[in-house]
Amino acid sequence: MANPIPKIEISELHKGFGQKTVLDGLNLEIAEGESVVVIGGSGTGKSVLLKNILGLLTPENGSIKVDGEETVGMSWPDRETVLNKIGMLFQNAALFDSLSVWENVAFGLIEGGGMKRNEAREIAVAKLSDVGLAPDIGKLSPAELSGGMRKRVGLARAIATEPEIIFFDEPTTGLDPIMGDVINDLIVERVKQLGATALSITHDMASARKIADRIAMIYKGKIIWAGRVDEIDDSGNEFVDQFIHGRAEGPIQMDVRAG
Amino acid sequence: MFTGRAVFHCFVPPFYGRLLGRQLIEIGYYSLPVVGLTAIFTGMVLALQSYTGFARFNAEGAIASVVVLSITRELAPVLAGLMVSGRIGAAMAAEIGTMSVTEQIDALTTLSTNPFKYLVAPRLIAGVLMLPVLVLVADIIGVFGGYLVSIYKLGFNPTVYLERTWDILEPLDVISGLVKAAVFGFLISLMGCYHGYHSRGGAQGVGAATTNAVVSASVLILAFNYMITELFFAI
Ligand SMILES: Nc1ncnc2c1ncn2[C@@H]1O[C@H](COP(=O)(O)OP(=O)(O)O)[C@@H](O)[C@H]1O
Ligand SMILES: [Mg+2]
Repeated sequence: MANPIPKIEISELHKGFGQKTVLDGLNLEIAEGESVVVIGGSGTGKSVLLKNILGLLTPENGSIKVDGEETVGMSWPDRETVLNKIGMLFQNAALFDSLSVWENVAFGLIEGGGMKRNEAREIAVAKLSDVGLAPDIGKLSPAELSGGMRKRVGLARAIATEPEIIFFDEPTTGLDPIMGDVINDLIVERVKQLGATALSITHDMASARKIADRIAMIYKGKIIWAGRVDEIDDSGNEFVDQFIHGRAEGPIQMDVRAG
Repeated sequence: MFTGRAVFHCFVPPFYGRLLGRQLIEIGYYSLPVVGLTAIFTGMVLALQSYTGFARFNAEGAIASVVVLSITRELAPVLAGLMVSGRIGAAMAAEIGTMSVTEQIDALTTLSTNPFKYLVAPRLIAGVLMLPVLVLVADIIGVFGGYLVSIYKLGFNPTVYLERTWDILEPLDVISGLVKAAVFGFLISLMGCYHGYHSRGGAQGVGAATTNAVVSASVLILAFNYMITELFFAI
């Protein structure tokens, strides 16, 4: 935390859809090289938070700074510069199913970076091996892959351009516990190797404990608690306690319709 | 709004040549069989129908002109437009709709690629370029269909029939048909992309987007057909 300017600084972020408020004055700072995991129930706006930072959604109010630069209201050429710093692993990997696996991994290099296809292909194969996939997987179509393999390919695509910042949207959701742990290890390893700043969102506590330097909990559109990963078990916050122990009883009232 | 952005990105680089090529083949080449079959049967039935009407007046020669004028001015562009909208508009809405609900469009953006340039522009350009080509082919096949019925079933003189066809045909007839085709191609791609892009809520949303794309493109084709006809042929 030597660098005084946070890598990402979110203040008073508001976002709703129609009548419904999703983010209600959210504040979060992420230091350079730090790995922050945001935890919270489903439908609490975790994905919406990431999409606001990426500019896929526009907040009603508030500020999002990346490297000290305001990104809210930014338009194309500038937005592209910010997006070039960020890699994203989507919840269901969001692989392009009209392209082969290696073309997916190489996409940011070819379309975003203007690299030659042959050159990009070599890098794609190297990135696939970084996530434990053999080179001949590259020729397959995404539809032929299992859930765990899709996540790995999504991870390879997110790190292919060696971004400074990586977002992980529910990296282990939908995987069996062993495959989930494999993905967690890969994330920790790759993020460390790139020296990247990471922001992950999950409701899987095992995953959060493994990936995070710091954990923040989102509830009713705000960050209600944030602290180092070793502080979470005695946070003194009853919302956090209820969540990490997965109890139905407690101050958090699940709005069943919200999921 | 959507239309403005979509058209804007057709003219501003970067361009995706590979994707345009793929769409040209998809829309143009693979639609040839369905458009060809539609045209030949339409030409044939036109000849047959107008014979029943004209035979009484001993004006068999008029059949040639009915066939060629109806085909080039109206039937080839409208029927080709409707067939292609069922084939291509639906496929576009389904493909882009699936990409939208599975976050592939978000993924494009995060990889610094503008989805309008990457997905919408190639489809619009291919639609505008390929529909006129398809309609030109449909013109020829449709007239040929009318010729077949007139010669082999109604027993006309082939030379006279072709002469009549040439005499009556004005360049404007063909040109108006091709202009219509270009407009229809634009509408088909626009509706396919628009409904796909805005589809929400999983497989059901994609299904609804597909239906809406075809229905709205078909209605727009018929409405624009009337307006363009009025522009070209109103006195
Ligand atoms: N594009 C959208 N339009 C309308 N509502 C949305 C949209 N995206 C998300 N929401 C709503 O925002 C809430 C938070 O969603 P999300 O961030 O995906 O939750 P999660 O924390 O599970 O990732 C949900 O209630 C969802 O219905
Ligand atoms: Mg989510």
